[in-house]
Amino acid sequence: MTGPARFMQTILRKVRIQSVSLRFGLVYSVLFISSAILFLSFVWWGTIGLLEQRVRRSIALDAHALLTEWQRDGILGLENLINNRLAQDIDDNALYLLSAPDGKLLAGNLARWPVQLDPSLIWQTLPVLRDGQLDLAQIRVWTLQGNYLLLIGRDISERTQIQRMLTDTMLWTCLMIGLLAIGGGWVVRVLFRRIIHSINRTTLAITQGDMSRRIPVSGMGDELDDVALTINQMLDRITRLMDGVKQVSNSIAHDLRTPIARARAELEDASRSAKSEPALRAAIDKAAVNLDNVTGICEALLRIAQIESGTRRSAFAIFDLATILRDITELYEAVADEHDLKLLRDFPFHLPFWGDQAMFQQALANILDNAIKFSPSQGVISLSAHHIPPTSSAEHSQTGSIRITVADKGIGMNDADLARASERFFRAERARHTPGSGLGLALVQAIVELHGGILRLSHNNPGLAVTIDVPAIYDCPDKL
Amino acid sequence: MRVLLIEDDQTVRNFVAKGLSEAGHLVEQAADGKQGLALACQDKFDVIILDRMLPGGVEGLHILETLRREGNLTPVLLLSALADVDEKVAGLKAGGDDYVSKPFSFSELQARLEALVRRNRNEAQPLTKLSVGDLEIDLLSRAVRRGGQKIDLQPREFRLLEFLMRHTGQVVTRTMLLEGVWDYHFDPQTNVIDVHISRLRQKIDKPFEHALVHTVRNAGYMLQE
Repeated sequence: MTGPARFMQTILRKVRIQSVSLRFGLVYSVLFISSAILFLSFVWWGTIGLLEQRVRRSIALDAHALLTEWQRDGILGLENLINNRLAQDIDDNALYLLSAPDGKLLAGNLARWPVQLDPSLIWQTLPVLRDGQLDLAQIRVWTLQGNYLLLIGRDISERTQIQRMLTDTMLWTCLMIGLLAIGGGWVVRVLFRRIIHSINRTTLAITQGDMSRRIPVSGMGDELDDVALTINQMLDRITRLMDGVKQVSNSIAHDLRTPIARARAELEDASRSAKSEPALRAAIDKAAVNLDNVTGICEALLRIAQIESGTRRSAFAIFDLATILRDITELYEAVADEHDLKLLRDFPFHLPFWGDQAMFQQALANILDNAIKFSPSQGVISLSAHHIPPTSSAEHSQTGSIRITVADKGIGMNDADLARASERFFRAERARHTPGSGLGLALVQAIVELHGGILRLSHNNPGLAVTIDVPAIYDCPDKL
Repeated sequence: MRVLLIEDDQTVRNFVAKGLSEAGHLVEQAADGKQGLALACQDKFDVIILDRMLPGGVEGLHILETLRREGNLTPVLLLSALADVDEKVAGLKAGGDDYVSKPFSFSELQARLEALVRRNRNEAQPLTKLSVGDLEIDLLSRAVRRGGQKIDLQPREFRLLEFLMRHTGQVVTRTMLLEGVWDYHFDPQTNVIDVHISRLRQKIDKPFEHALVHTVRNAGYMLQE
């Protein structure tokens, strides 16, 4: 930022102008006035300076001719030349005066030596008496051999007039510039206000709930249109997200109502028609299980929302992913055995990782739960993980990434289901009859995204392969 | 045992108080924080059940902090609808000994209460050997014997058995086992605990005449002679 701009900012901050449009108007005026003043002073000094230089050059030329004559023909020749020059002076502005050592005036058109003459200065501007009137003149005095004094000058009263005229013009111009600046500033302010107000009106309407409103676009393709388009795009996205939220809340309503309705039906049925105490107890226990499902869904939803908000990142720490994998395979191997499944493992002894340990446990548990649930007996589930070294083109080129794959030979999914599997409450047709809430993979997705990774589902022909790619040390403050 | 129950919701309070009384415990009840704090300071209890959000201007965590500041080390089980991981951590940091989030099953609450009181009593003497009936384990050499016969257990199976033996005669829930043995703080959909218990049974119960590991319906498991 340049000096004056910073100065302006300081002033504006000190004065504390609340209206942005007024501030813009003022900035415009100040800039306009200062540039006009700069321009005019340049013109003024240029004109006046040029005129003065021309006078000095003409005096110097005169002096050269006269002094040459003096050296060649002496004092008489000089007198003649002066008289000659005076006779030929068409502009009637040349001034000469030649005096003898005793003070007697020998030639020239001045009545006497100027009173205010200062012998110490070379160039002087002072009033001289000619033809009975005082005129302003630019003069120079030479002392010749034998103490003769020669004065050469130019009447500059005309130049003074020009100067005065110019100054007058300048003053008027300044006044006009001032008026223009104020007017221009006002126009700028009005324009600015109109733009702001158009955006403001739309956003206000949206705040009050009218999501269909958009900021008008002029179609000129200017910066204002850019801003309007960006805001409109943002509004479109918000609308889409709100629709998504609405859809999710509908799903929540549906998926929560179902177990509540079941519990209610069981209780009511038991209350009306249970024949014995054991039957009553059984019905109540079944209802309680359904209510536990409701709690489970609530907790999973809250957890997903919390993870998606990103606040859990404060609990990140460095841990060994391999240990987590060993523990989880050990936990699930027994379950796999029970289902007559084989759980194969393939991962190194150490896999340092930066993240939330508990979340990774849960993510892996969810994936393995699914794999076991959807595998026919005698199937094979493989859990593998390895470090992918950094490549120059990779995004996380410093530390590389970790790829965890869980592949089963189960019922798998079709392409349409693959794309939607990590949505909240999504359940593939073929999975409808199995227990579950449709939130497991949504939670995994949220956890993987929190760690800056990507969750991919693909065909394992047959079966499903779940791949998690996470940067090995993601967002770690020390970068290890 | 003497239990102080500080809980503002009457239904939950009656439910817990009734259940605990039926199990033979002495229950004092407080419906707000002020009364609860006064009772906790006056009397000596074996365990305090404390709701976190209470009316009357004295919040659950505040009671807990006040008690701990005054050197009162009565085990406190926090009972709260704030089920978030961070909330649990905050509760335990404030001096709570265990955390049960609402809604909860009575058996879970009871099992945890009993474990808490037992832990408090046992903390005095460090054990090197545990035994139930003819089953004994050596915590140092990690050896397991039943009726003089050596039994080979995997490290995790050993920890599972150790946990059960430390809670002999008490119900331990699946959640307690997940937390205590595996350090997992979530409930997997699959019945992983049941599978591991059944494997343990294969080794320590099946070859012998009578079983030590019992299933408690709607609650969990219990190791008992």
